[in-house]
Amino acid sequence: MDFSLTEVQSMLAESAEKFIANDYDFDTRQTIAASEQGYSSSVWRTFAELGWTAIPFSEADGGFDGGPIESMLMMQQFGRGLIVEPYLANIVLAGGVLRRIANESQKAKWMQPLIAGELQTALAFAEPQSRYDLANIETTAVADADGWVINGHKSVVCNGGHAGLLIIPARTSGDSTSATGITLFAVEGMADGVTRRSYRTVDAHQAAEIRLENVRADGGALLGDVNKAYATLDAVIDEATLAVCAEAVGIMQVMTEKTVEYSKNRVQFGVPIGSFQALQHRMVDMLTACEQSYSLLIWASMANADQSDEAKKSISALKYQVGTAGQKVGQEAVQLHGAMGVCWDTDIAHYFKRLTAIGQMFGNADWHLDKLAA
Amino acid sequence: MHVTFSEDELAFRDEVRAFFRNEIPEDIARKQRQNVPLEREDHIRFQKALFSKGWAGYNWPIEYGGTGWTIAQKYIFGTEMADANSPNIIPFGLGMVGPIIYTFGNEAQKLRFLPDILESNVWWCQGYSEPGSGSDLASLKTRADLEGDHYVVNGTKTWTTLGQHADWIFCLVRTSSDVARRQEGISFLLIDMQTPGVTVTPILTIEGDHEINEVHFDDVQVPVENLVGEEGKGWTYGKVLLQHERTGTAGVASTNYRLKKLRAQAARSVRGAAPLVNDRNFMRKLAATEVELKALEFTELRTLAAVASGKAPGPESSILKLKGTELQQATDALYMEAAGYYALPYVPDQYVLDFPEDARVGEGAETTSSLRYFNFRKASIYGGSNEIQKNIIAKHVLGL
Repeated sequence: MDFSLTEVQSMLAESAEKFIANDYDFDTRQTIAASEQGYSSSVWRTFAELGWTAIPFSEADGGFDGGPIESMLMMQQFGRGLIVEPYLANIVLAGGVLRRIANESQKAKWMQPLIAGELQTALAFAEPQSRYDLANIETTAVADADGWVINGHKSVVCNGGHAGLLIIPARTSGDSTSATGITLFAVEGMADGVTRRSYRTVDAHQAAEIRLENVRADGGALLGDVNKAYATLDAVIDEATLAVCAEAVGIMQVMTEKTVEYSKNRVQFGVPIGSFQALQHRMVDMLTACEQSYSLLIWASMANADQSDEAKKSISALKYQVGTAGQKVGQEAVQLHGAMGVCWDTDIAHYFKRLTAIGQMFGNADWHLDKLAA
Repeated sequence: MHVTFSEDELAFRDEVRAFFRNEIPEDIARKQRQNVPLEREDHIRFQKALFSKGWAGYNWPIEYGGTGWTIAQKYIFGTEMADANSPNIIPFGLGMVGPIIYTFGNEAQKLRFLPDILESNVWWCQGYSEPGSGSDLASLKTRADLEGDHYVVNGTKTWTTLGQHADWIFCLVRTSSDVARRQEGISFLLIDMQTPGVTVTPILTIEGDHEINEVHFDDVQVPVENLVGEEGKGWTYGKVLLQHERTGTAGVASTNYRLKKLRAQAARSVRGAAPLVNDRNFMRKLAATEVELKALEFTELRTLAAVASGKAPGPESSILKLKGTELQQATDALYMEAAGYYALPYVPDQYVLDFPEDARVGEGAETTSSLRYFNFRKASIYGGSNEIQKNIIAKHVLGL
């Protein structure tokens, strides 16, 4: 048992902290978020130059061999900076699939450009009926003489509108909720039969509804083994869950700090509102919620880095905690900011929206609590 | 960062586990299993067994006879002690006044008091609260007036836990009223309970037990050498002690043990009926409590890691007290829920050693669940009420 960071880990966290302090203030973020593309290509290039897009990949693939601890450190800072660049979609989700099961030619074709910051990618794991069940897949892939034909509807695909490469889980056998019988395909974003309806999400990220109509996939598009993709999907979504929880903890910490600061400066009835005990105790509850969430974050990150028996359980515990504590901290931060809290120009409002969005992703608090209660 | 134990830590765990399995006196272990309250002598025998092993000063530095353990070792010790359903270590000597004496006391006091604390030869109790001074502790009125080479103490301390067993009491007393801040006239005094003028009267708590007392001081003469540190600085020392106390009252390991036991109990079927694990509402509440407790476990470990790197346990320890007591109480409520109708019988006289099973009302500890639920409402009140903890965090952590 050891709570200390390695030197490399400390340096990573510091570099992210420095980038946000120097190059990514709230106004910059808002300008980027309001731009046509919704994220900044030049910021994304910087991420690649700093090596951040290479963190989870193996050294053999040109990466840093980073694991859950490195991911936690980065994502916490991305939360603090309210970064809109699609790190989760590219590096954690699509990158997570590719580094696990892509063959050498697939790595050369898609993974290397992804690490270099030159290719946008997306993992289309959700469908309109699936809610949080990863095995619930109705999109079909049917084999014929030339490869596969894919038909289906993928919903709220994070970064789906920009992606040059879409990773599509499709059913190749079994009924529509069976964990076996799922296969992953690499499909070009511009392939014939792919229709994308892109939109912004409430947290200023972007997503797309993707319809696949008789989309052809040849042998080179097959990622991993036929019918056996569930374990990969499950592992990647676990990593993504950990990642967004780290982001959420960073957001909660900022929201609490900003609320305390605001209450010291906002004067009503001739005194700062932070002098009222009723409000002080609520801010203490916010702090406690943050501390408890951070504690579970480091437990879950360590348990997954060490691959302990509790690795899987720790993710559900963390997501439940982040869901409930995040809702509490978010709502209280807005409430204590008064009418400022519900204004578009107040940063707290945008932190609240991202935190709320994270609560809806990869299983909400209730969904994870049910797993723990079983 | 690693959550798994090293080889050395695993070997240490085995040693601690073996100790608690084999070295707790058999009759005491049996009382624990049968939920029989322990006598004064039982506690002393258990703590002397710890002393013989060299572990009584589990939290003390080596130079005062402590173990000098790492955080991981302390964590393992606490977990194994709880999981063995061992008696608690009575905190007043080993956890509270001992650290105060080795931190703020003089050499003579260290030589005189520390060995008896380590060896559990002397039972200590705590004299902080007074009938008129609860949350507003600095308003305390017990006076200690210096007359030659001794103080004359007059006043009343209350809520004195296990004061009926105590040989000595450590007190916050007022040595001066002529001060700018009320906190400045308070001193930390060690008082022999056998001194003429000290009387102890029992207070019964909500569930009917005699756990707490009032302690009265009527012209009690206390030698000046029993003053710890400087006169008028007692508030500062007392605050440090409260921070130690708050770290200790989180009770993470013991709540964790109780939740594990409850989960196992919930899986059992009574006379073929559907077990409690089938009750989704109950299991969701249990799981939510487990999550919060796991979080607190790591909040505590982080606090201890900060202490190990040289920081005193700061106001953050208030978070441990706050959440720790909330979770103890949540667990008590779950036990009572699990007991159903058998939370109702008030039959304390059946919790004596080897009471015949077939004459017992309810299974195991069912009928103690409500008693504990009632008793442990104290947890969010003692050691500075949870509202006071929030005031402390607001002021000293958030700077409000």
